[in-house]
Amino acid sequence: MTRFHASTPLKAAGLLAMFFIFIMAALCSITFGQIPTSFQMVYDALFHYDQNVTEHIIITTTRVSRTVIAAVIGASLAIAGALMQALTRNPLAAPDIFGINAGAIFFIVFSATFFSVDSLVHYMWIAFLGAGVAGVFVYFLGSMGKDGLSPIKIVLAGAAITAFFVSFTQGLLVIDEQSIQTVLFWLAGSVAGRDMEMLLPVLPFMIIAVLIALFLGRAINILLSGEDVAKSLGQRTVLMKLLIGIVVVFLAGGSVAVAGSIGFIGLIVPHMVRGLIGTDYRWVIPYSALTGASLLLLADVAARFVIMPHEMPIGAMTALLGTPFFIHIARKGVAAK
Amino acid sequence: MGSLQTNELTLSYGKEPIISDLNLSVPEGKITVFIGSNGSGKSTILRSLARLLKPERGSVLLDGHEILKLSTKEVAKKLAILPQSPESPEGLTVYQLVKQGRYPHQSWLKQWSKEDEEAVKHALRATSMTDFHDRPVDALSGGQRQRAWIAMTLAQGTDTILLDEPTTYLDLSHQIDVLDLLFSLNRVEKRTIVMVLHDLNLACRYADHMVAVHDRNIYSQGAPEDIVTKKMVEDVFGLSCDIHMDPIFGTPLCVPHGKGRQLLKEKKFTEKQRKATLVPE
Repeated sequence: MTRFHASTPLKAAGLLAMFFIFIMAALCSITFGQIPTSFQMVYDALFHYDQNVTEHIIITTTRVSRTVIAAVIGASLAIAGALMQALTRNPLAAPDIFGINAGAIFFIVFSATFFSVDSLVHYMWIAFLGAGVAGVFVYFLGSMGKDGLSPIKIVLAGAAITAFFVSFTQGLLVIDEQSIQTVLFWLAGSVAGRDMEMLLPVLPFMIIAVLIALFLGRAINILLSGEDVAKSLGQRTVLMKLLIGIVVVFLAGGSVAVAGSIGFIGLIVPHMVRGLIGTDYRWVIPYSALTGASLLLLADVAARFVIMPHEMPIGAMTALLGTPFFIHIARKGVAAK
Repeated sequence: MGSLQTNELTLSYGKEPIISDLNLSVPEGKITVFIGSNGSGKSTILRSLARLLKPERGSVLLDGHEILKLSTKEVAKKLAILPQSPESPEGLTVYQLVKQGRYPHQSWLKQWSKEDEEAVKHALRATSMTDFHDRPVDALSGGQRQRAWIAMTLAQGTDTILLDEPTTYLDLSHQIDVLDLLFSLNRVEKRTIVMVLHDLNLACRYADHMVAVHDRNIYSQGAPEDIVTKKMVEDVFGLSCDIHMDPIFGTPLCVPHGKGRQLLKEKKFTEKQRKATLVPE
């Protein structure tokens, strides 16, 4: 297979172009919706705010927060997916596929049902915990047995853990129907109707996680050649894997705490990026961040128009994009390993 | 620099020890080859020499220091190991792969330097991979791919290189190609080469020092011409054979007993070979 290998200046230019696309996607997300507004109106709302104009209020309250949240979640999920695919050397790895999201949601529902937790900060820590527990389970289930971590075993472990947490979540909801109202929010996965306040407690963790991820690029490149090679080159692989795992938990757990389970972004974005620029993770991480943010923003914009006057849940929208892609990677990727 | 020894080394996967109380000293500047039957633990020894496997008991000493107590990055500047059939990420180019060999020499403060670039160029030249440097590793033939990986370990700039069955899955011409490369690296650049080989005859031809691993320890070690005997092959491999002299190199040549077509009695061999090599007019 021949692949186009972009030179460094070209990759930098591409990153700039991606940034431009991201800005355009964010503008679209602020501008288009049930109540039509224009770019001019967005400009006025942001710089000459007039509280008597309904559109200005809509733009500054719901649209802007929705856009920021979609951008942050999209970027976080895409980076989490890219890191997980590197960590497990598995093309099917993603926070939703390997049960990380399901674990976070189960822990949230569990605590809402039994401990009546309703503070956002608490939900955040519970989501981190759930994501961490699910991640550790999948990793160890996937590496049990004598030949260690294998692509097939970890995919099966991910499916099993996802099914486990989803079933238990549903079980809890059957027992306690009242809590459905409180947690439906997380089950559906949505960036609509969330205030900025929901993002703020999580944001510092996500920013730190993203920064660490950006700095890990070169070390991840080494790890991609296999554990023995990485060790031989003087990398402390256990420490490195642990660090990557923690970053994934903060990115995926944080995303779930804010927006519930949004699937497929973590799976498909890293593949799109690697198809475009190759496997160098010093570039894959920033490209994934911008592509993930743009994709989720555009998916969110589309979700507003598909079944007007209703909105489609964004989780359904990304599933629509992601499912065919998943089947494609599963057929191509796992067979090749 | 780069002396490698083991001290009462015991290795195991799970409960059963694979190697017990091994005392071994790898001769510096020579080619050392481990031989032994499948599952004898020769690859296990190699992995522990490269600190990829933690010993159950005893220790591996690099320049007299216990290897697990040294900083892994410092070890990586003295000793490189090429695992058996390593896999590179899809689309990685030869140049990118070889560059990875410089990883132990870099840090946050010290990014890519001229010295790094020189080491990579030298490694590509020494392995005749310069012309391939932009090609994806996964698109190369088996022999070229192995040369690219050897180039990566060369770029690491270590005095000692360990290789776990570097000729596996290669056809005969590529096996010779890779072994010739390692031989010249040893003779020209004075690097200590330690490897596991399956082919006893090729091992006899390239090894200065041969270590026969059997029954959780060393059966015998020394120059192949001193240790490869009917009895050794019988004991270590469970194979009855005759040992002859290689007609070209003078090294030991093991001819296994067993079944097969017997042409010697027909005395037609020389005649047929002569006809087969004649160029038809």
